[in-house]
Amino acid sequence: MNKKIKLRVNGKKHELEVPTSRLLIDCLRYDLGLTGTKEGCSVGVCGACAVLMDGEMISACLTLAVMADGHDITTVEGLAKNGELNPVQKSFIQYGGFQCGICTPGQVIAATALLAENPRPNEDEIKDWMMGNLCRCTGYYKIIESIQKAHQFVK
Amino acid sequence: MIPFEYRTPKNLKEVHATLKEFGSDAKLIAGGTSLVIMMKQRLVRPSCLVSLRSVRGLNSIEISDGGLRIGGLATHREVESSSLLRRRLPMLTETYHHVATIRVRNMATVGGGLAHADPNQDPPPSLIALGATVKATSADGSRVIPMDDFFTDYYETVLNPDEIVTEVFVPKMAANTAGAYLKFLPRTADDYATVSAAAVLTLDKTHKIISDVRIALGSVGVTPIRATAAEAILRGQPLKAEAFAEAGEKAKEAVDPVSDFRGSAAYKKEMAGVFVRRALEKALANIRQQARVKASPKAAKKTTKKGKKH
Ligand SMILES: Cc1cc2nc3c(=O)[nH]c(=O)nc-3n(C[C@H](O)[C@H](O)[C@H](O)COP(=O)(O)OP(=O)(O)OC[C@H]3O[C@@H](n4cnc5c(N)ncnc54)[C@H](O)[C@@H]3O)c2cc1C
Ligand code: FES
Ligand code: FES
Repeated sequence: MNKKIKLRVNGKKHELEVPTSRLLIDCLRYDLGLTGTKEGCSVGVCGACAVLMDGEMISACLTLAVMADGHDITTVEGLAKNGELNPVQKSFIQYGGFQCGICTPGQVIAATALLAENPRPNEDEIKDWMMGNLCRCTGYYKIIESIQKAHQFVK
Repeated sequence: MIPFEYRTPKNLKEVHATLKEFGSDAKLIAGGTSLVIMMKQRLVRPSCLVSLRSVRGLNSIEISDGGLRIGGLATHREVESSSLLRRRLPMLTETYHHVATIRVRNMATVGGGLAHADPNQDPPPSLIALGATVKATSADGSRVIPMDDFFTDYYETVLNPDEIVTEVFVPKMAANTAGAYLKFLPRTADDYATVSAAAVLTLDKTHKIISDVRIALGSVGVTPIRATAAEAILRGQPLKAEAFAEAGEKAKEAVDPVSDFRGSAAYKKEMAGVFVRRALEKALANIRQQARVKASPKAAKKTTKKGKKH
């Protein structure tokens, strides 16, 4: 069964018809071609599929596209403004917050949501917030450092 | 997933009508954090999803009759972020903070969590220990269900398919009462509990007699378990350090855990005893802290300042 939905993704309005069973992650990746968002575990554990819905981070793998009808979605593709990376992205590059990069879209989305709520988080606050974003490469130290220093890139 | 209808009723009346239209083939969806997984695994195959997400006015957290009323559609994140709850019932703030990760808590709702009825979840033991009730509403009206009677089996509750959890109510606590919830997490911080224990303790005026106590455990059976025999050991007895350990020992008799990747059944049983004792000790420490704060409100200010945001 299909349903017509309206999504605003990274500021751009989309009207599309999707099967009710379409997951938001598949809608973003296959219907809209936004492949920045990754799928890791498919069960809400790893955080690779994190996107923002009305500013709050959620798992795109646990959300049906129809549940996002009428809402604002931000994916990693929407963080840069006019070709300029956001402070979190710059900081991840500067401080080595990633290696293979598969977890990075989710990390950057989660960290962006954190800094929107708490611009200068301490290490404990970062760990508590980022607990749901797994990384097999960095050992997390560099991710924490990147988030802690992201404020340097805020103009 | 097999094809299904998706409906977005705007109020409870419309929800009731849609549920009636599809009968027991319909399923409510709130945050979707459990249901979507179960549908992907084809454990649940509804012909229609009735979304509660457009129903307004069911997510408030407020004081009522001296107790606390939490809307069935309040998200876990709203519960853990409520400053009212942090002041009045920090045990619940902590309990909901323990559920999964912020990303899940942003979507997961109080009512959806209870209806999911996985015995490994965090809120049920605390709500049972707090003597909470659930309000379930259908086209025929509402009924109030004690949390004690709510869970019947693994993923099963007393709810009928046409009933919606619209509210959880935590009654006013007696004087000299405090609680604690402890989640044993030997693997990772975002895991389900290996064992969890909640205790709510009431002392008499002199702080020397245990006038009441309620103890409940999670992850040690097909439902959350209330440890009534352990409570009986303590109720009406003088406050002594050994008594908590005895109650822990007694609580072990009430549990029936399974061996899995979080630990063997024998280990979980042992830990159930340990965590009941520790939850009681922490509840006692919280009573004493409350008494100190009451005696000197300055100390209270300090603690709130130190308390972390979020
Ligand atoms: C990765 C992950 C980790 C988790 N870790 C934990 C954990 O550590 N501790 C813990 O306690 N829980 C944990 N959970 C479970 C989580 O608490 C539940 O998924 C969540 O609370 C379900 O709420 P929901 O609103 O998303 O419900 P949904 O998924 O929408 O629905 C769940 C069930 O409830 C029914 N339902 C929904 N709303 C209502 C209502 N108002 N009235 C009646 N029935 C209703 C649905 O029909 C369905 O059967 C975890 C979940 C995930 C995905
Ligand atoms: S893919 Fe969604 S949380 Fe892992
Ligand atoms: S950078 Fe490889 S998993 Fe995180």
